[in-house]
Formats: sequence, C-alpha cells, structure tokens
Amino acid sequence: MNENSSAVTAVVADPDTNSVRTPWAEFRRKFRKQHVAVAAGVFVLLLVAMAVAAPHIAPFDAENFFDYDKLNNPPSLTHWFGVDPLGRDIFSRIVMGARISLTAGFVSVAIGAMIGTLLGLVAGYYEGWWDRVIMRLCDVLFAFPGILLAIGVVAILGSGMTNVIIAVSIFSIPTFARLVRGNTLALKHLTYVEAARSIGASDWTIIARHIFPGTISAVVVYFSMRIGTSIITAAALSFLGMGAQPPTPEWGAMLNEARADMMTSPHVALFPAIAIFVTVLAFNLLGDGLRDALDPKIEQR
Amino acid sequence: MLQYIVKRLLGLAPTLFIVGVLVFMFVHLLPGDPARLAAGPDATPETVALVRQDLGLDRPLPEQFVRFVTGTVQGNFGKSLRTKRPVSTEIADRFMPTFWLTVTSMAWSVVFGMTIGILSAVWRNQWPDRLGMTLAVSGISFPAFALGMVLMQAFSVQLGWLPTVGADTWRHYILPSLTLGAAVAAIMARFTRSSFVDILGDDYIRTARAKGLAESVVVFKHGLRNALIPVVTMMGLQFGFLLGGSIVVEVVFNWPGLGRLLVDAVDMRDYPVIQALVLLFSLEFILINLIVDVLYGLINPTIRYR
Repeated sequence: MNENSSAVTAVVADPDTNSVRTPWAEFRRKFRKQHVAVAAGVFVLLLVAMAVAAPHIAPFDAENFFDYDKLNNPPSLTHWFGVDPLGRDIFSRIVMGARISLTAGFVSVAIGAMIGTLLGLVAGYYEGWWDRVIMRLCDVLFAFPGILLAIGVVAILGSGMTNVIIAVSIFSIPTFARLVRGNTLALKHLTYVEAARSIGASDWTIIARHIFPGTISAVVVYFSMRIGTSIITAAALSFLGMGAQPPTPEWGAMLNEARADMMTSPHVALFPAIAIFVTVLAFNLLGDGLRDALDPKIEQR
Repeated sequence: MLQYIVKRLLGLAPTLFIVGVLVFMFVHLLPGDPARLAAGPDATPETVALVRQDLGLDRPLPEQFVRFVTGTVQGNFGKSLRTKRPVSTEIADRFMPTFWLTVTSMAWSVVFGMTIGILSAVWRNQWPDRLGMTLAVSGISFPAFALGMVLMQAFSVQLGWLPTVGADTWRHYILPSLTLGAAVAAIMARFTRSSFVDILGDDYIRTARAKGLAESVVVFKHGLRNALIPVVTMMGLQFGFLLGGSIVVEVVFNWPGLGRLLVDAVDMRDYPVIQALVLLFSLEFILINLIVDVLYGLINPTIRYR
C-alpha cells in the first residue's frame, strides 16, 4: 500500500527555482511542447462546451422523441448515429449524456480532491493523532477495491446518479489525502515555513498560504487523471443498473440497454462505447501531458 | 523478516476490525427493515417479529456484533434471503470460476504488458514505443464492459469462433480474461516502460555496455532484474483492480462467479450475501497487499524492515 501511487508521488511540489522564469510561464512553455496533450486539452474544452450547449445542439428530444418508422435504423443524414430500438435519436442521447458523464466525473473528483486535500494537509501538518486517525481511515477505504466500495455505498443509499457521484467521490478521498500528506510532510520542514512561523503566522495561515500552494501541482495532475477513472466507474455503475435509470441518456445505462439488441443492431452499443472511450482517453492524455509539464524530474534527462 | 510479517499481521488487526464494524453496520444502514426483507413482502407483523427474533435482530447491538464476529470466524454468514441456502455454500460454488478468471487475466496481462513495456523502453521514442504506448493509453481508457461487448460481438456473434456465455471449457475463458486483463496489461506496460527507462539510464548499465556486452545481455540480465522490483509491487496492487473489475466483466459475460453474485445480491437486497462478499473481497485485497510488501523485500535486499 505504501508505494501505491508512484506515478503521482513523482510529481513533487514546485518546479526548480534556479531559472528566472515564473513557474506558470515555465509550465506553459513545457506544456505547449506536448502536442498530443494540447490537442486533448482542446478536445476536453470542446466537450465541455458541447455539454453546456447540449439542449441546443441535440436535434431531437433525447428521452421523449420516438421515430417509430425508423426503429433500429443505422446512421443516416437525419439520425447521425442511427436510431435505437425505441426509436430515439442516438446522437441526441450521446450529446445529452455528455452532460451527465462530465458532471459525474468532475463533481465526484472535485469533492474527493477537496476533502482529501484538507485531510492530507491536516494529517501532514499536525502529525500525531490527527495523522494516525486519518491515515487509518484511508487504509480502511483502501481496503475495498474502488468499485466494490461504490457498490456498497449505492446498496445503502439506493440507486441513482447522485448516489453514484457520492460513492465515486468517497473512493477518490484516500489517494488525494495520501498524496497531499506526503507533500506536506516534505514542505513543512523547509526554511520558508519556519520563517513564516517565526514571524507569528497562525497554523491556518501557514497551511493555507504557504503549504497548500506547494501541493497544488501534484493535485492538479492527479485531478485530471482521476476524472477518466471516475467517468468509467460512474458509467460502470450505471451499466450495472445502479446509477442512472433507463430513460436517462447516460452512456453506461445506454450500453446496458443496448445489450439486448446486440445481435440485430450493434450500432446502438457502438456509439456510447466510443463516446466513453474518446472522453476518457482525452482526460488521460491531458493528465499525462500535465504530469510531464509539471514534473521537475523529466527536465533533468 | 518473520518479525516483520508478524508485525504487519498485527497491524492489520485495527483495519480488519473497522472493516468488520462497517460490514456489520451495513445491515442497519440499509434502507428498510432487514427482518421485513427476510420475511418477504406479504408477511404479517407477527411473522416479521418472529423472523426478527430468529435472526437475532431484536438483541442489543453489542451482542449482535459479538454474534456476527463469532459467526464470521466460524465461516457462518447466515442464509441467503434469495435461495435460502447457507451463504458459505453459495460463495463456495462461485469461488473457483472467479479465481481462475482472475489468474488467467493476471497471467496474460503481466506477460503482455511487460513485453510491451520493455520493447517501448528499449526503442524509446521510436515507432515500437509510440505503438506500444498508444495501445497502453487506449487500454486504460476503454471501459471493460464496453470492451467485453465489442469482443463478444466480434468473435462470438459475427465470427462464431468462441462461445458467448458460461464457464465450462478453456474456450470460455478467452474473451472474459482478455477483457478483464486489458486495463491491467496497459497499466503494466506503462509502468514497466517508465521503470525500465530509469534503469537504462543508470551508470552500471553504461558500464555493462562499455565492457562490450551484447545489448540483449545488458537488457535482460542487468536491466530486467532491477526493473522488476517496482513492477512486482504494481502487479500485486493490480490484483485488487482485477477483483473489482471482475464484478463488471462477470455481468457482461454472464459468468457464474462472485462478482455477479454480488450484483444480483445488491439487486435483491440479499444482505447476508452482500456482507459476506464485501468482507471476503476486502480480506483478499488486504492479504494481497501484505504479500506484495513481503515479496518486495525478498526481491530487493536493500530494503530494511523495521
């Protein structure tokens, strides 16, 4: 469990300070060299724009429009991605589904990152009992494989997208807590923190103003990588029938519905599968690029 | 070494205890009355009261907890609400298919993932690397349930080469283990590559090359051994991932294993089965992590156990 997040712990605090460039300019310079990651970033922005404008982009009502003449039709000019067995336009459903998946991915990781970062800062800064209690809690959360924990939470709270988001954010907490705790332990013994303490800064000021900024780059990298995993987990729960319920155009739920008609109309399953893949791929590539741009070790080679 | 293992085993006690409390509390957190669930929808209040007494749910909580712990230690998890069979029998029937599925997935994904990782590191930034890493990042991004459906559509439905559902012959294992192992193979490939790239830049590798050894000897004899250390750790951690992933893959392939048992149990609110499975899964996960830590020390003698 200790060497758990090596890819993440490789990203330690700020880039080196012996160059005159500001960290932000340095980051932009390195990030721009990663063409794949820049493309992935642009794609993510486009996806977000599409999700925001979804009701205006979708040509048909995703849940209540039924084209009974074209049941199971393959892609055509009117229905770009074809029609599903109930006569609904798949393109509209995919576009509306982007809202659900992106929200689920982003909100769950944001909640997990906030709580995890706070716990990590407290555990790393105060050590002692705080540290022991928080790390023991993280051990317990780590003792369940992610999706099992999510299934347990959904079993207690009931099915539904909100509960899925809660479940997924709970299992993001321990990794963020560990990551931030490690960085905090390294940062709090540095001279500038000692200096801040010696001029009488309160614990809270030191944590929020001096230690937290040092952990941000690691949190950002892990954040973008985690979104991909969370989107997959949320879709998987919906696929298992524990998340979004049938009429909702959630990608995982759409795949589950499409299973019955795989033999006759495979295109119904194809497009949601591609949608999940492309979205998660973009977040993973973006995360890789951010890591390479923010990791001071990469430059040395 | 032995001292370290004992110490780690003792360290597990509080974690196991909290997991146990959580699993125990699970019944009481579930919405609705477990006694009513067990008695069935048409039961009269008297029957529900009888069932409550029968299940011991009318006793004080601490007493119930003690009974739960003693029962668990003896392997007695009560009876499934759905089939009325003992939970332990229910689990025993389903254990082996999941076990073999996990093992076959692990085996192919480790071999395949490490090969891609090594090739990518040796030909770093050339086409084998680009191809390997493209495959790897795709493997991480493709959700297992979608991959399973695509594979089943292609090889079972269209081509008719392989059976679709069930777990009877070795041919049944091919598609599910491919699906389950894909993400692990991808993670192993990325991890092996980065570990190998680090190693290949070390001084002793340069020395090995300088004294005129063949490149294959340098890579396999000097590089591989040292690159394996973090890779083994990763391998152990991925077992947990496989345990979780098997839940989804088993549903796709209608696999008669523990994962599907869990999903069905959640659907039916069959809480004794859920409790036992959650406990079993987390126990496996914890033990695998312990084994990994111990293996880590065996492979890398520079680690000192305190």
